[in-house]
Amino acid sequence: MDLLITLSIAVLLIPVFSFVVLIFFGKRLPRQGDWFGTGLLFINLLLSIYIFYAFVINHNQSFTFDWFNLGPSSKFSAGIVIDHLSAMMLVIVNLISALVHLFSVKYMEGDTKYSRYFAFLGLFTFSMLGIVLTNNLLLMYVFWELVGVSSYLLIGFWYEKKAPQEAAKKAFIVNRVGDVGFFTGIMIVFTFLGTFQFTDIFAGVEAGKLSGAWLTAAGILLFCGAVGKSAQFPLHVWLPDAMEGPTPVSALIHAATMVAAGVYMVARIFVLFSADALTVIAYTGALTAFIAATVAITQNDIKKVLAYSTVSQLGYMIMALGISAYSYAMFHLMTHAFFKACLFLGAGSVIYGMHHEQDIQNMGGLRKKMPITYLTFLISTIAISGVPFTSGFLSKDSILAASLAFAHNNGGINYIIPITAFGVAGLTAFYMFRLVILTFFGNPRNQEKYDHCQESPWQMTFPLILLSVLSVFFFYSFNPINAESGWVMEVIKQPEQILKGTVGKLTQILPLEELKESFHHAHYSAMFLSLLLSGFGILMAYTFYYWKKINADKVAEKIKPLYKFSLNKWYFDELYDKTVIAFTMIFAKFLRWFDNTIVDGVVNGSAYITKITSFFSGKFDNFVVDTIVNLAGAIAAVFGWFFRKLQTGKIQTYIAFLIFGMLILYFVFKVII
Amino acid sequence: MMEVGLYHFLFLGAILFGLGLFALISRRNAILVLMGIELILNACNINLIAFSRYGGLGVDGQVISIFVIILAVAEAAVALGIILNLYNNFSTVDVDEIDSMKE
Repeated sequence: MDLLITLSIAVLLIPVFSFVVLIFFGKRLPRQGDWFGTGLLFINLLLSIYIFYAFVINHNQSFTFDWFNLGPSSKFSAGIVIDHLSAMMLVIVNLISALVHLFSVKYMEGDTKYSRYFAFLGLFTFSMLGIVLTNNLLLMYVFWELVGVSSYLLIGFWYEKKAPQEAAKKAFIVNRVGDVGFFTGIMIVFTFLGTFQFTDIFAGVEAGKLSGAWLTAAGILLFCGAVGKSAQFPLHVWLPDAMEGPTPVSALIHAATMVAAGVYMVARIFVLFSADALTVIAYTGALTAFIAATVAITQNDIKKVLAYSTVSQLGYMIMALGISAYSYAMFHLMTHAFFKACLFLGAGSVIYGMHHEQDIQNMGGLRKKMPITYLTFLISTIAISGVPFTSGFLSKDSILAASLAFAHNNGGINYIIPITAFGVAGLTAFYMFRLVILTFFGNPRNQEKYDHCQESPWQMTFPLILLSVLSVFFFYSFNPINAESGWVMEVIKQPEQILKGTVGKLTQILPLEELKESFHHAHYSAMFLSLLLSGFGILMAYTFYYWKKINADKVAEKIKPLYKFSLNKWYFDELYDKTVIAFTMIFAKFLRWFDNTIVDGVVNGSAYITKITSFFSGKFDNFVVDTIVNLAGAIAAVFGWFFRKLQTGKIQTYIAFLIFGMLILYFVFKVII
Repeated sequence: MMEVGLYHFLFLGAILFGLGLFALISRRNAILVLMGIELILNACNINLIAFSRYGGLGVDGQVISIFVIILAVAEAAVALGIILNLYNNFSTVDVDEIDSMKE
């Protein structure tokens, strides 16, 4: 085992060490062990940066050992793999996690479950790193569920309150729905190929052991897992509710890492998707991006806006994967992780400063009170809106170019995808600037809260500054308008699809060179369009909320049905309440009836039969068996009564019997002999 | 004139044994029971002497009868001791009264 593998195992195990120590001894450590956990995560960050650096020099590394055997044909191995995906994700996860630890030191100060909070953060980081490092689907599924559990614990961290409880349950159950699909997909893969190892799976698909409709089904079902974890339509409903968790947790889980797990998983098994599966992925992503963007426009909770913007950006990533823009999707994952974490932590800083006020209608004018938070928040907003010279511009623009190229290659109905993508880009710019303007500009709408507001301490501003700096273009590419020449594209090379255009009519699965060429071709027109739309979005936000040329409320009044539709999140929760949940409730009621009537009836019936049988059995016992027993007793008693007479207790009687007996014996023997 | 022979002695022994047995079974007084036992022993002695004289037992019969007499003495001593104890415990020597073995 070489150094790189040893180090990555260490990176995997350090957070779980932090978890174990904090959960058992957290209360006894100085300051409840916050700096202990934070320090460990920063060590982890350094290690993962070193791994990334070593990976760039050494290239792929993997390590496999036998896990367990179930008979000769079912050998299960576990292992870790260091390639471009995992090396990149290691740095992202550890960086965000470490910064969130640091941020939480101040944000969670004084909480009654302070040490447990840091323990859970460690558990979550461990699970997430497990997903990133593992080299087989089974182990990934295990960590996948661990992530589910730890996110459940963190969302429901303030379980004394009703809303976090409900949100945690919702997140857990909705994720389960996707995981059923994920698990079914894993089972299909295992049935056909008999292995969970990624490399073996790809080899098996290449050998044609899994193909056609089954391959498409496996791809779509595996993608279902990502739909749950990455909050894609129709399972996106849990993510906004998950904002009930502590804000740093939202930054860690619901912006940068956990929700990226689905995207990461799709990228990890990217090469086995067939063209049909990729089409499903692309349309799911586009639809998600659009729905979430339209909802984000009208939300008034600072975290809800960010949550929907996260869903929307995840939709972008998934869509990018669906249209074979693999590198761009991962690039957007990275840039989005940084600026979205920054936005969430910024929101956390605002909420901390405003003493747990989350409604942007009560904010305003915070620019002067919280200059650092304001500046970092603004930089991240610019990045997410896709303004040039930011990381967001680079990644988002690449995706938009790819979507344009996709439509161009396939024609017809597929123009929906770039139209949606560009529309969402404009909407993103609009609602993000709306958020910034309402929060930081203008006059304070709640003077009392405003007066008590102040800038957050360094533990909170340092992560903000670091993350906003990472949203600047030159970390990724020295060319501010095109990422093609940057190191990211060098490192995250798109793998060749296994099925090269053999399935389906769509041309997502073009040879790589051709695909790249078409992306490149679309780049400048896409850039022009996206700049136009973002600019328009920002302009509209200013007209509505800063210059107040148009009264937003009046517009809302005019398009009331649409406004309501967006404000109520497309009525998804209500729809699910009325359909899925109602159906489940009816079904549950039916099952209860079934339980009460049929099952209980059978049980009661069998009890009744037993009762009857035992009644007869009892009678038989009483009359027949007892009579026999009593009879035997009576016989014994008669004999006893008779022989008792002989036992007089007088020696003389005995002697008489003795002589009598001897005489009998004498005559008996006389007769016999 | 009939000569006195072995059968006369055996007959005498049998009568004596029968008397002894009768005393043993029917007497109520423990002392008399003891005397019945003595009669049985002496009936036995007569038989032994008779066999010594007429049978092939020789001098052994006489020796055994002397042993029996000696044992009878010892037995009488022990039996009297027992009767004394009986009297101490039950305040009577009536063997009909002493039926504690019944329970």
